[in-house]
Amino acid sequence: MTGRVEVAERRFSLRGDMATVGLLVRRATNEILRVPGAAIPGVLAPTIFFLGLTAVFGGLTQLPGFTADEYQSFIIPISLLQGAGFTGAATGVNLARDIEQGWFDRLLVSPAPRPVLLAGMVASASLRSLIPATFLLVVGFAVGVSWPGIGGLLLAYFFVMGTGALAACWGSVIALKFKTQGAAPLMQAGMFVLILTTTAYAPLELLQGWLADIARINPVTQIVEAIRQGFTTGTITWGETWPGLVAMLALLIVLGGLALRGMNKTAE
Amino acid sequence: MNRLGVNLRVVAALGRRSVRQTFRRPQLFAPILVFPTLLLAIQTGGAGGAIELEGFPQVNGFLDFMLAGAMVQACLLAGNSGGIALAVDLEMGFTDRLFAAPISRFAIVAGRLAGTAALGAVTAVWFIAIGLIFGATIEGGVAGAILVLALVALSAMAFGGIGAAVALYAGRASVVQGLFPLVFVILFLSDAFFPANLMLEPAGTIAEYNPLSLIVDGIRELVVGGLDAGAVAEALAAIALIGGLSIALSAVALRRRLRLGA
Repeated sequence: MTGRVEVAERRFSLRGDMATVGLLVRRATNEILRVPGAAIPGVLAPTIFFLGLTAVFGGLTQLPGFTADEYQSFIIPISLLQGAGFTGAATGVNLARDIEQGWFDRLLVSPAPRPVLLAGMVASASLRSLIPATFLLVVGFAVGVSWPGIGGLLLAYFFVMGTGALAACWGSVIALKFKTQGAAPLMQAGMFVLILTTTAYAPLELLQGWLADIARINPVTQIVEAIRQGFTTGTITWGETWPGLVAMLALLIVLGGLALRGMNKTAE
Repeated sequence: MNRLGVNLRVVAALGRRSVRQTFRRPQLFAPILVFPTLLLAIQTGGAGGAIELEGFPQVNGFLDFMLAGAMVQACLLAGNSGGIALAVDLEMGFTDRLFAAPISRFAIVAGRLAGTAALGAVTAVWFIAIGLIFGATIEGGVAGAILVLALVALSAMAFGGIGAAVALYAGRASVVQGLFPLVFVILFLSDAFFPANLMLEPAGTIAEYNPLSLIVDGIRELVVGGLDAGAVAEALAAIALIGGLSIALSAVALRRRLRLGA
């Protein structure tokens, strides 16, 4: 009898947790619908960088050893991740705003567990990152990005959502530490550095000096290469994909853990 | 003290305030120094192999080539940050109190622009130092470095005028903040990051006619080539063009604000 009650309670609790996550996601969606302009920087900035970098550094494909024929197909994974990074960082800024205005305190005194609150914010960032990604892909295909195949496209979307979640965790860590929107540049700069210190501009063999060393050990390089394979070769292989999956999982565990720790500390 | 002296004191005081304000607020400071420095480091390591491309100008290294672009990027962002700070002052009512004081209204805007010019000079010193530490050479020597400093400070003032005009016209920081992506459009359509002859079309052609390219080329020539009066004169002409236009727009926006009282 006691066992049945425990199972029922757990089911009820899980349903309640899912409802909380759903409500937090809905709140974030409402923000997009009510303030459509808020989504523009996250869409516009990576698109400008994508078109700008293609126009400026397009000639790099002529270098011996460059692994793509068109620079736009080579650079699109970076722009997709940048869009997700900006969107995730915006979640951190929104959290800092909620902390400043006292709304987050009300969330903390609710019976919702901390991991559920974090999951709500991370899930909303993950979903929101699909907006810049879709816009970028439309622009990208219009200017000649190669079709990555359905598998390549789905893989790109999967990693974009993962990166949105990563950026939201990072933004939350910073927001919970500094408790002010003034820390926004740190949220954006962190993702900026993480994404660009990879094989962003050129293949690993053509990177120079310290950047080559950093890109070799930066786990995001594996994510970039996993997305890039579809756009540059048109095929997806497990050998190119699994390092990206491992890197994403490891980063989510580390940054998610830090964000959760920050939440628990805030409540103390 | 005569009127000019009073106005100069006002400009100096507001300029000092503007510089302090920037260093106290990370959201104003980060775009001016942190982002251009990160981008310089990443682009130098990422696209450094480009100097082997046929048609790339003769340079000691890609960092030498990129320094001018980083400085001009910082100037544009300093202008934008200055505009945001001015708009915040307008929103908070600080500028209204200055308007009520017995000082020239144009000195209020000039103070902001003087602060932006000083920030430009700080970025020039910063990037020259970074360049020298990481192996770049200033071919123009000490005189070249001083000229770089002057060109960067004047450029920052000229771009600051655009930020100030938008701030005075709109009166809202969010509107000036919206210029941020535009800064990168202008940069990508100039030869700030790559030689125009190696850029893809139509960006390459636009870059050749973009006045920003003249400013970049003037600063770059002092770094990679040496003292070149022609390049410096062209850069000064481009700065005068942008500065004249932006200061005229600021004056119009200021008059409109004073007339409408909002």
